[in-house]
Amino acid sequence: MADLVLMASVFVVSFVVGYLLISRVPPRLHTPLMSMTNAVSAVTILGAILLFAVETTACQKVLGALAIALAAFNVVGGFAITDRMLRMFHRHHE
Amino acid sequence: MNDPWHLLIDLAIILILLLGIWRFTTPQTARSGNFTAAFALLCALGVVFYGNSIHAPATVLLALLAGSALGSLVAVRVNMIQIPAMVAFQHGAGGIAAFLTSFVELARDSGNLAPVGQLSGVLGIVIGAATFSGSMVASAKLAGVTRQTPLILPWHNWILGATLVGICALGLLAGFASGPAVLYGALGLILLASVLGVVFAIRIGGADMPVLISFLNATAGLAASFCGIIIENRLLIACGATVAASGSILTHIMCQAMNRNLFRVLVAADLRPATAAVQVHESSAPPQVRAAAPEAGPPAGSTPIERAVQAVRSAQTVIVIPGYGMALAHAQFEVAKLADRVKQLGKELRFAIHPIAGRMPGHMHVLLAEAEVDSDLLFDLREINADFPRTDLVLIVGACDVVNPAAIHVQGTPISGMPILAAHEARQVLVFNMDEKPGYSGVANPLYADPKTILVLGDAKATLGQLLQVLA
Repeated sequence: MADLVLMASVFVVSFVVGYLLISRVPPRLHTPLMSMTNAVSAVTILGAILLFAVETTACQKVLGALAIALAAFNVVGGFAITDRMLRMFHRHHE
Repeated sequence: MNDPWHLLIDLAIILILLLGIWRFTTPQTARSGNFTAAFALLCALGVVFYGNSIHAPATVLLALLAGSALGSLVAVRVNMIQIPAMVAFQHGAGGIAAFLTSFVELARDSGNLAPVGQLSGVLGIVIGAATFSGSMVASAKLAGVTRQTPLILPWHNWILGATLVGICALGLLAGFASGPAVLYGALGLILLASVLGVVFAIRIGGADMPVLISFLNATAGLAASFCGIIIENRLLIACGATVAASGSILTHIMCQAMNRNLFRVLVAADLRPATAAVQVHESSAPPQVRAAAPEAGPPAGSTPIERAVQAVRSAQTVIVIPGYGMALAHAQFEVAKLADRVKQLGKELRFAIHPIAGRMPGHMHVLLAEAEVDSDLLFDLREINADFPRTDLVLIVGACDVVNPAAIHVQGTPISGMPILAAHEARQVLVFNMDEKPGYSGVANPLYADPKTILVLGDAKATLGQLLQVLA
């Protein structure tokens, strides 16, 4: 029960703080923002890796590896594209 | 999970992530913000590897490397028009990762899971799978693989409703079942949720895509959060919740920019005319627009390009309004050159960007940044809309609905009440569009018939090229 309360409050607090911070982001940064948060949402990679710390069947390992690969694609691709976009914005101020 | 050190480390990682988002206020600081967020995830990865003994480390590393290599390859190659399709595809990848992880956890451990964990695993599967299939449809539409127009099936809402009811029923069964029933229930849920995502996404198209892609952003975050609850990992919950917040905000902003509520965009899309053009009568145009004659009337009989050249030469203040048509014509580089030329001629030039210009929130800004337009020249609707009456010339490139005065003056159209850029208030208007057809909304644009408007029809890349040649 304590766990549930803790998890629920982590969700609520993160949502509210995230909401407040992201409300300040100007429209010109909305595409990089979405691309960056998209990379963050692939944090499921942690869960997929943790599947390899417990006993699983071969089939489950295959699914886990697939999840890791896709999440890694999402994390690396997301942060890299975001950086490329922000560099384009940057060019005129160097 | 509950020892104080672990809690502190998780908290520190979440704070680093939030610090990264906090830096997203100017393009200059956002870059370090992006690095900070990436660093937070890297720390999280390090903690997971350090704190757990991983069986089959070679498999894990191989999967990590394969995904990362593919991700960086795509990131280098993609151009800014493809960004929305790419981001939608990545939402889908995140969705798969979330539902696969939830699924394996549920199948592996259903005997020992707390009821809350089991239920959130079911939710993670449903939201993840629906995000995956919906994102694939969105990505295919945005990449031009399938038609961009909404596809409405017969009995669309009934199919959607039936799928939802099926998911709820099966979800409750699987959520409270035990043994192999959970596994089969979960497999059925993946199938049903994938159908739901497709049915949901196929009828959204064109200018509604920014709403869909933002919405999928939020659901991808939610899927990660629920996946976090089943594996009892605070980082997943926190990161997922932050992403869900971000997606919700963007969804809300996009809906506001179109003056439509989320429900009407996502579920009741067949209420609007997708193909039949809504005719706007001549008399419905505002009288003050009719009365305002162009100050320097171009000689009759000249070609549209000649009139356009004269309009640009005689103007002192110019506002450019780009729309997605500009990107479709690959004309953003011509627009950038024209902007440079006009500024060289000593005129004041700015860009007015409507929030829904493009195919995802903020898309127009990155398209113009790719063409090396100075981002200081770009202004948002709220910042610039009051300046149109004082503006000599408005240059519209590939935009229609966002400058359609019918949104203000005509009731009962799909765009009525939508905030528009007040191009019709400028002294003269120059339109570089493919044709005079209405935009995505299907509402005819009375601005085209205005005597102060010069229509230069055809491929904007070619017509702007001609204009540039004369001005050079």
